[in-house]
Amino acid sequence: MSESKNNKKNWPLWEVFVRSKNGLEHRHFGSLHAADAEMALENARDVYTRRNEGVSIWVVESKNITASNPKDNGELFEPASDKVYRHPTFYDLPDEVKHM
Amino acid sequence: MSEKEIKNLEAIFEAKIARDEKIEPKDWMPEKYRKTHIRQMSQHAHSEIVGMLPEGNWITRAPSLRRKVALLAKVQDEAGHGLYLYSATETLGISREELYEQLHSGKAKYSSIFNYPTITWADIGAIGWLVDGAAIINQVPLCSTSFGPYARAMVRVCKEESFHQRQGYEIMLTLANGTPEQKEMAQDALNRWWWPSLMMFGPTDDMSTHTEQSMKWKLKRKTNDELRQQFIDQTVPQANILGLSIPDPDLKWNEERGHYDFGPINWDEFWQVVKGHGPCNKERLQTRVDAWEEGEWVRDAAMAYAEKKAERKVKQAG
Ligand SMILES: [Fe+2]
Ligand SMILES: [Fe+2]
Repeated sequence: MSESKNNKKNWPLWEVFVRSKNGLEHRHFGSLHAADAEMALENARDVYTRRNEGVSIWVVESKNITASNPKDNGELFEPASDKVYRHPTFYDLPDEVKHM
Repeated sequence: MSEKEIKNLEAIFEAKIARDEKIEPKDWMPEKYRKTHIRQMSQHAHSEIVGMLPEGNWITRAPSLRRKVALLAKVQDEAGHGLYLYSATETLGISREELYEQLHSGKAKYSSIFNYPTITWADIGAIGWLVDGAAIINQVPLCSTSFGPYARAMVRVCKEESFHQRQGYEIMLTLANGTPEQKEMAQDALNRWWWPSLMMFGPTDDMSTHTEQSMKWKLKRKTNDELRQQFIDQTVPQANILGLSIPDPDLKWNEERGHYDFGPINWDEFWQVVKGHGPCNKERLQTRVDAWEEGEWVRDAAMAYAEKKAERKVKQAG
């Protein structure tokens, strides 16, 4: 929680996720400040869904998100790039084979 | 990191932007990129917030319920724009408190256009038509700027702006087709807002600094003069439809250039307003500071209540 100069607690930061319609996943829309989860939901409604952009909202306090560091991207994601056998085009089949 | 390593990182960084890849908050970035973005994005956020004040002045006096709900919705959108932009700026590692402090202390700037008064109802029409119109021209290129959170915020903002401009133009249209007094009121508003709107694109290209850097980082895609010309070319025919005249005796279509020529802009006035000597600078900032200070007890009470509730939950669970 952030503390201002006079040592007072400020409203913490929340991340907002919105499902735009059923059938779609919740997507990150942005963030906002609110005193608690209930207020975060209400504020998210006003800030991010003024034109029917959503049917469901999730809020999570930003401090609870653990993010990967872009510095580790090599280690984390590169091992996948030489595994071509995970893709269907890796396999040679005769043209006569249909529906595969 | 050695100087050579930093130079190397910078080259990779610039190449990434040149390839149209986005920069995200946790990516490495040059300190200057971070600072420039904090400055520009927060100025933009402050402009949205202060921009609510001149229009808010007319909400209670809107001439019909239809106009009132539209104006309320527009002003609420501007609050939303400010909030999108503040939270996008915070991803660069500056707190909301610091951003507000910079605005309230006068350290940070906001768009000078909001230091002009809204004297008549027609000003609300002129603002939507001209000020939001100019803002759209400034903002559309930013939808593809290099910093991801800024670009995403701008996409959302731009989607909402078109209603703002149309509601303003409709007000002008109604007044221009009304009684002679109403038409005169519309003309008077155009007379007062025209030149300040042209100034919204900033100083002329030969006077403007860091344009090259901004172009590289895609904070700018066209120069101030190009954007200003685009605004004039698209707005003059709209004024003709209203039957109102643009207050510039030098305004004339130039067949050869394919653009309107226009008269000299009063840059002394522009710099006076930037430096704090516009008609409403003091009033705008004071209103903003008062709103913040008078709301302090509400913020504190909400925080105290949230903490009490959380404590109670812990006790019940125990
Ligand atoms: Fe806006
Ligand atoms: Fe707007």
